Amino acid sequence: MTAPAAPAALPPTGLPGLDPAWSRLVAVPGAGADAGLTRTWHVLDTGAELERLGATPAGTILAVHGNPTWSYLWRSMLAASVAAAAAGEPAWRVIAVDQLEMGYSERTGRHRPLAQRVADLSGLTDALGIEGAVVTLGHDWGGVVSLGWAVDHPQLLAGVALLNTAIHHPDGVPVPAPLRLAGARGVLAASTVATTAFLDTTLALASPPLPAEVKDAYRAPYGSADRRGGIGGFVADIPADASHESRPELDRIAAGVAGLEVPALMLWGPKDPIFSDRYLDDLVDRLPHADVHRFEGANHLIAEERPYAEAILQWLDTTPSARRVGAEGAVSRREGQVSIRRPAGDYSTNGVVVDDHSTNGAEAFRPLWTGLDARATDDDVAVIDMATKRGPARRVTWRQLHDRVLDLAAGLAELGVQRGDRVSLLVKPGPTLTAVIYACLRIGAVVVVADAGLGVKGLTRAVRGAWPDVIIGERLGLTAARALGWPGMRISAERLPYAAKAALDVSHSLGQVAALGAAIRSSGEAPPPEPGPADEAAILFTSGSTGPAKGVVYRHGQLSALRDVLARHLEITPETGLVTGFAPFALLGPALGTRSATPDMDVSAPRTLTATAVAAAVRESDAGIVFLSPAAVLNVVATADALGADERAALARVHTFLSTGAPIGEALLASAAEVMPNATPHTPYGMTECLLVTDVTLEGIRAAASAPDAGVCVGRPIGDNRVLVSALDADGRATGAPSAEPGVLGEIVIAAGHLKDHYDRLWLTDRMAARETEALVDADAPRWHRTGDLGHLDAEGRVWIEGRTQHVIVAADGPIAPVGPEQDAESVDGVRRAGVVGVGPHGLRQAVAVVETIPPVARPGLAEPELAAAVRERSRVPLAAVLAVPQLPTDIRHNSKIDRSRLSDWAERVLAGEKPSAP
Amino acid sequence: MIVVVTGASGFLGRAVAAELVAAGHEVRTLQRRPSQVPGATDVLGSVTDASLVARALDGAEGVVHLAAKVSLTGDPADFRRVNVDGTRTMLDAAERAGVSRFVQVSSPSVAHAGAALAGVGAEPASPEHARGGYARTKAEAELLALSRGSASMRVVAVRPHLVWGPGDPQLTERIIGRARRGTLPLLDGGTALVDSTYVDNAASGIVAALGRADAVHGNAYVITNGEPRAVGDLMAGICLAAGVRPPRFSVPAGLAKAAGSAIERAWAIRPGQDEPPMTRFLAEQLSTAHWFDQRETRRDLDWAPSVSIDEGLRRLAAHYRSAGG
Repeated sequence: MTAPAAPAALPPTGLPGLDPAWSRLVAVPGAGADAGLTRTWHVLDTGAELERLGATPAGTILAVHGNPTWSYLWRSMLAASVAAAAAGEPAWRVIAVDQLEMGYSERTGRHRPLAQRVADLSGLTDALGIEGAVVTLGHDWGGVVSLGWAVDHPQLLAGVALLNTAIHHPDGVPVPAPLRLAGARGVLAASTVATTAFLDTTLALASPPLPAEVKDAYRAPYGSADRRGGIGGFVADIPADASHESRPELDRIAAGVAGLEVPALMLWGPKDPIFSDRYLDDLVDRLPHADVHRFEGANHLIAEERPYAEAILQWLDTTPSARRVGAEGAVSRREGQVSIRRPAGDYSTNGVVVDDHSTNGAEAFRPLWTGLDARATDDDVAVIDMATKRGPARRVTWRQLHDRVLDLAAGLAELGVQRGDRVSLLVKPGPTLTAVIYACLRIGAVVVVADAGLGVKGLTRAVRGAWPDVIIGERLGLTAARALGWPGMRISAERLPYAAKAALDVSHSLGQVAALGAAIRSSGEAPPPEPGPADEAAILFTSGSTGPAKGVVYRHGQLSALRDVLARHLEITPETGLVTGFAPFALLGPALGTRSATPDMDVSAPRTLTATAVAAAVRESDAGIVFLSPAAVLNVVATADALGADERAALARVHTFLSTGAPIGEALLASAAEVMPNATPHTPYGMTECLLVTDVTLEGIRAAASAPDAGVCVGRPIGDNRVLVSALDADGRATGAPSAEPGVLGEIVIAAGHLKDHYDRLWLTDRMAARETEALVDADAPRWHRTGDLGHLDAEGRVWIEGRTQHVIVAADGPIAPVGPEQDAESVDGVRRAGVVGVGPHGLRQAVAVVETIPPVARPGLAEPELAAAVRERSRVPLAAVLAVPQLPTDIRHNSKIDRSRLSDWAERVLAGEKPSAP
Repeated sequence: MIVVVTGASGFLGRAVAAELVAAGHEVRTLQRRPSQVPGATDVLGSVTDASLVARALDGAEGVVHLAAKVSLTGDPADFRRVNVDGTRTMLDAAERAGVSRFVQVSSPSVAHAGAALAGVGAEPASPEHARGGYARTKAEAELLALSRGSASMRVVAVRPHLVWGPGDPQLTERIIGRARRGTLPLLDGGTALVDSTYVDNAASGIVAALGRADAVHGNAYVITNGEPRAVGDLMAGICLAAGVRPPRFSVPAGLAKAAGSAIERAWAIRPGQDEPPMTRFLAEQLSTAHWFDQRETRRDLDWAPSVSIDEGLRRLAAHYRSAGG
C-alpha cells in the first residue's frame, strides 16, 4: 500500500510537550531497495541540547515508535534526558525517529516490508555516526524494528527496552481480533488510510484517556489519506501467517533476540487488546534475564499512561550501561544492586553471584522432597484429608504419595512440562494438591498458587499476569479458565466426562498424567532432571488487600529454608503430626517428614471451620501442632460448646497451636487456648513475601501488655531472621537508614533465608521493596525487604506493628501511626472497634477517630459528646473529630482489617461538610 | 509604646487592650462605649469621626484597629461606612500622627468564597468573592490597609477565626441562647471541620503581630487555635460548658441555606431585635469545612496559642458556674 511521495518536514510548533529544538531532518543514503537514493528522516534528538548543557552522554537511547504513532510518543523520554543533563546527572542522548512513511519523515511512495525498515534504520544510524553504548527502545511494531536493529548491531548494543510489542506469533493462533479486522482486505484501506479509524482507535487505547490536544498532536502528521499511506502499509506488513513476505525477517529477528545477552527491560500495559500478556510471555522466554514490569491497569499507549521514562532511566542507572552479560547469564552488577530476574541456574542475589549448590556458608541445600524420599517405602499415613464431602477421611501413605509424585512428575515431563514452566494450580488443598505440587517441584516446574479468596476478577488478573504454561484445576477453576480466556494447557484434577472435557478444552486428567508417568517409569527411563536451589519454585499471590495482588517468586533454596525454619522453630519431628487449617502450611507436611491432616472445612471460607472438625482431625492424625487462620480461630472458639468429652480429650493432646495469617489479639488467643488447654498458643507475624518473620506466644503477649509501647506486639524474630526499622522522616516517608534502635517509628525491614526472591514481573515494585537496603547486605542476609508495615522495636528486641506505611498520618507536628491511637480509642467503654485516619492536606493532616459503638449507632455521624470527650481523653494524639458509624469498612480478604484508605476518603468528605453516608 | 486600640468595648478588643496594658504599653481605646479595661484611657466616639480619631492618635506609635460593624445582615451602606470609610479615616490619621505600626484586624471570611477550606493559608482578600456585607467590606478594608503600608508605617493584617470565650456576646452567647431555646440545629450532622480561636489566643496573636510588624509588613495572617474540630463538637462543648443540652437535631445544609436566604430577605424588610436566626452566610459557615494552615502564622509571628480548646472550654465552664448560670 503506497501513497504519493512527499518530502520530510519539521513538525509544527506548539505541540504539547514537544520542544522544537529537538527536531532535525537527516538526509540518509537509501538502503536495500532504496540503494542509490537519499531519504530524509525527521528525528527528535537531544544530542545538541546535551552538548549545550555540557553533558557527556552516557550513551544513546534509540527510540522507535510503532503504528500509527510517531516520535511524539517519546517526548517525555527526551524531556527526561534533558532534565537529567540540566541537573548534572548522567544523561543519555535520546534519538527518537519518525520511521519513513510515518510522522514527519519522507513519504517515499514505496512499500516498506519489515526487512526494508530494519535496513532503513541501520542506514540512519550510520548516517548519524552513532558511537558508544546504544540502548534500543521500541513500542508496538517499532519494537520489532528496534530489535532488528539490535540483532544487527551487537558491537553497539548495550541494552534493549520494550513497551507493549511482539516478536513472534505462533502459527495456528489467530492474530488479535482488532488487527484481524483491520487487516482484512477492503477494511484495510478504509480503516487505516481512507479514514482515521485506525488512528482514532489506537489513540483511544489509553487509560485514562488522552487530552484532546495530545490526540491532535498524534494526528498532526496524518491529516490526509496521502499522509496515512504508511499506516496502512504497516498493518499490511503484519506477518499473520507463514507465507507472508515479512515472515522470514520476523523469524530471523525472533531467533536473534533469543541470543541477546544484553540487559533487557520490558514495560507492559496488560490491558492492551493487541500486544497482550501472551507476547510478553514469549519475549520473557526469549530474554529470561529481562527486567519486567507490568503496570496493572495500563493499556497499549503505556508511554502516555505510566512514568515509563523515569522507569527506563532508573533501570539504566542500576543496570551497567554497555556492560555485557556473560555467556553463562551471570550479570556482573554494580556492588549492592538489587537482584534481577536471571536464567535458572544462576543464583545471584543482590549482586552476589554464588554457585548453585552452596549458599555462602548456609547449610547445604536439601530439596523440599527430601523428607518425602526418606519415607518412600513407609506405609504409615502421610496425608489425611477430612474435607471429603461424602464418605470417610481420605488417607494416603508415604509410599503412595511418593509414588504418585514420581508418576505425576514423569507424566508432566512427558507432556512437555519443563524446568521453569509455570503451572497454575486451581485445586483445593488436600492430597491431590500436595501430590501435584511435589511433582511440579521435582521437575522444576514453577507452581503458581493464587487463593480463591482473590475473587474471580483478582484471580483472572493473577493468572493472566503469571501467564502459566499449564493450568491444573477442578471443574470450577477450569470453567473459569475457559470462560475468562486464561492461558495454558488445561489438565483436569478429576476425571471428566468426554463432553465436559471437550467443552473445557481439557487435554488430560491428572489420572491420565499419572498413568502416563507410571508407564514411563516402568520402562526404566531416567527421571527428569531435578532443579537446584536457584531455580524458581513457586509464585504465591499476596492478598490484594493493598492494591492488585502481586505474584511473589520463591526459589527452591528459599522454600527449603522456610521448611527448615519452621521445623527448627516448632521442633517438628516425624512423630509430631500437623493439623493445617491454613493453606500455605498444609503443603509443608511431606517436606517436614511428618503426617498432616486437613480438617473438614471449606478452605476458601476459613470461618466455616468448627471446633468439632479440628478435634476430629487432631484425633485422626494424633497431631501435636495445629495451624489455623485468624478467621478459623474465631469460629473454632465460637463452636467450642459443641465439643464432647472425647473431642476435648483429643484437643488436650495438642502441644502447640498457631494462628497464622495475621496476628490476633490476646482475648481471642486466650479463648483458643481454652479449647486446647495444654497447647502453647503462638501468633506469628509474617506476610506472603516472608511467611514467618517474628513469633509471640500468649504468655509473651501478656508480658508485653504492661509495656507503654503503641501497637501490636508480634514478638521477636524467629531463628536467624533480622528485623530493622527504617525511620519515618517529618514528611512521613521511611527514609531512615534501617537500624535496630528501640523506640523509633518507621517501616519494618526484614531479612531471612526464606524471604521471597522477587515480585513477578514487577521490577519497579521490586526495586521499591529493596530500596536503600544495599548497605545491609551481607552473607547471612543477602536480600532485604521493606514490608510496608509501620512499627518499632523495643529495648528487648520485640517488634511492635502500628499500621501500614501508606496509612501514616502526616500532621504538622510529624507523622502519626494509626494503631496506637486506635488502641486508645478501643480502650474506652462502649467502643467496639476504631479506625484512626487523617483528613486535610499532606503535612497538615488532622487525626480523626471513627468508632463502632456498643450498641451500634443507627446512622453515621458525630459521636455523642460524652463519648467523644472520653475518646479524646484517652487518645495520645489530638483528634479533630470523633465519628461513630454502624460499621467500619473492612477489606474483603481479611474481614478483620479496617480499610483505612477507604475510611480516610470517607472522613475527608464528611469533615469537609458533606452529609455523612455509610463509609 | 503608645498604642491605640479601636473597638475595645467589644469582646476581642477588650482582651487585646488588656493584653497590651499587661505588657506595659500605654493604651488608649477608641469606641463609642466605655471599654472597661483597667489601665487604659478611653476616648469615646466613632472611628468615622476624623477629628476625634486625629486626637486619639496624637503621639501614638501603634494602632490596633478592631472597630467594625459585625453583623450577619444589614444595610450595605452601614457596613461600608464603618468598615471601609472608618478604616480609611484611621489610616489617614495614623499616617499624619507618625504611627509606625498598624495592625488591621480582619477576618478569614474576606477570602472565603463559600467552598470548603481544608488546611489552607491566608489567601488574598477578595471583595468580589467574599460572602455577605460584613465580609465584603472587611475584604475591602484589608486591601486598603495593606496598600497603605510604607517604610514609615508598617501594616499587617490578622484574621482571627471564630473567636469565643467567657463573655463573648456574639458566637458563644448565641450558641448557648439558641441551644437553650432549642432552636440550634446541626447542619448535615455538624461534621464540617472548623477552626476556632479562644479569645486569649486571638489577643496574644494580635499583640504578637504588632510586635513583629517590621518583619511581617504587608502580610495577612489567619489566627486560630490550630485545633480544628467538627462544628458540632465545638458547639456541643460550648453548650455543655454552659450547662445547656447540646443540639441533637440536624437539618440538611441545602435547606438551611435556602431558608437562610429567605429569612435574610424578610429581615431586611422587617428587622427584629436580634440577628436573624439563620442567614445564608451562617448556613455556609456552619456546614462547610474551614480550617487553616497555621505553620506560617506561628513561625512569622513567633507566636503559639497558650490555651487549648479543652482548657478554653474548662474556663468557659468555670465562668458560667461562677456566673450562676
